[in-house]
Amino acid sequence: MMFFWAFVVGGIICVIGQIMFDVFKLTPAHTLTILVISGAVLDGLGWYEPLIDFAGAGATVPITSFGNSLVHGAMAEAEKHGIVGVITGMFEITSAGISAAIIFGVIGAILFKPKG
Amino acid sequence: MADKKKKNLPPVAQEYQVFQQQRETKRTLFKNCIKAFLVGGFICFIGQIISTLYMYFFNFTEMTVGNPTVATLIFITMLLTGFGVYDRIGQFAGAGSAVPVTGFGNAVIASAIEHRTEGFILGVGSNMLKLAGPVIVYGVFAAFVIALIKTILTSWGGL
Repeated sequence: MMFFWAFVVGGIICVIGQIMFDVFKLTPAHTLTILVISGAVLDGLGWYEPLIDFAGAGATVPITSFGNSLVHGAMAEAEKHGIVGVITGMFEITSAGISAAIIFGVIGAILFKPKG
Repeated sequence: MADKKKKNLPPVAQEYQVFQQQRETKRTLFKNCIKAFLVGGFICFIGQIISTLYMYFFNFTEMTVGNPTVATLIFITMLLTGFGVYDRIGQFAGAGSAVPVTGFGNAVIASAIEHRTEGFILGVGSNMLKLAGPVIVYGVFAAFVIALIKTILTSWGGL
């Protein structure tokens, strides 16, 4: 059942992105930025966690989860160390996405040659 | 602005624009949304399979499994980008392949590969995050503002 909801919720988030592309004529960069910010806002309201519980990878794989985990890391540190933790804890949870992208980016640049 | 541009053009060019608009293949919104839904859903479905494997074999919990899943998906993206498959998926799927983290990974990895000829420091290093930069910058800034507000509310507002 989790697989089904992952498919549906992930698909719906992508449709929202597609509507932003086609109806509001936004560039991919604008769309992704708005989605990340809305992920952060949703987590601030405490609504993203239930969505992950419900849809699993359908909520963690779209870029919105990036904003969610940034807020999450910041909040977790803030609970321990007060307001300074907001800055120090930010990348605690998100690090995997960014570091994986950078590491595999460099490996990809070593392995593959640009086309055309 | 578009109208202003049109008036400045010679009449032949205006005729051409009308002609071109008629001939342009219409990409219907509904069709695009279906494509985005199917491909985006499929990527999340694969993500769910990877998550399940990690939970089953490596003792991750439902809350911590997001990270290794994302890293694995970006690894797969690297291979697909390198072999030129991801571009083709992107042309078909639109937002369906751009919105999942694989789209973020693709933006980083594609610009890394593209700028390799300019050298590894100035080419790969400085251009890698050109496309993905805004996402990181505004994601971090928004998260900062929200976490700050929330912290202030919880510590002084008694929420």
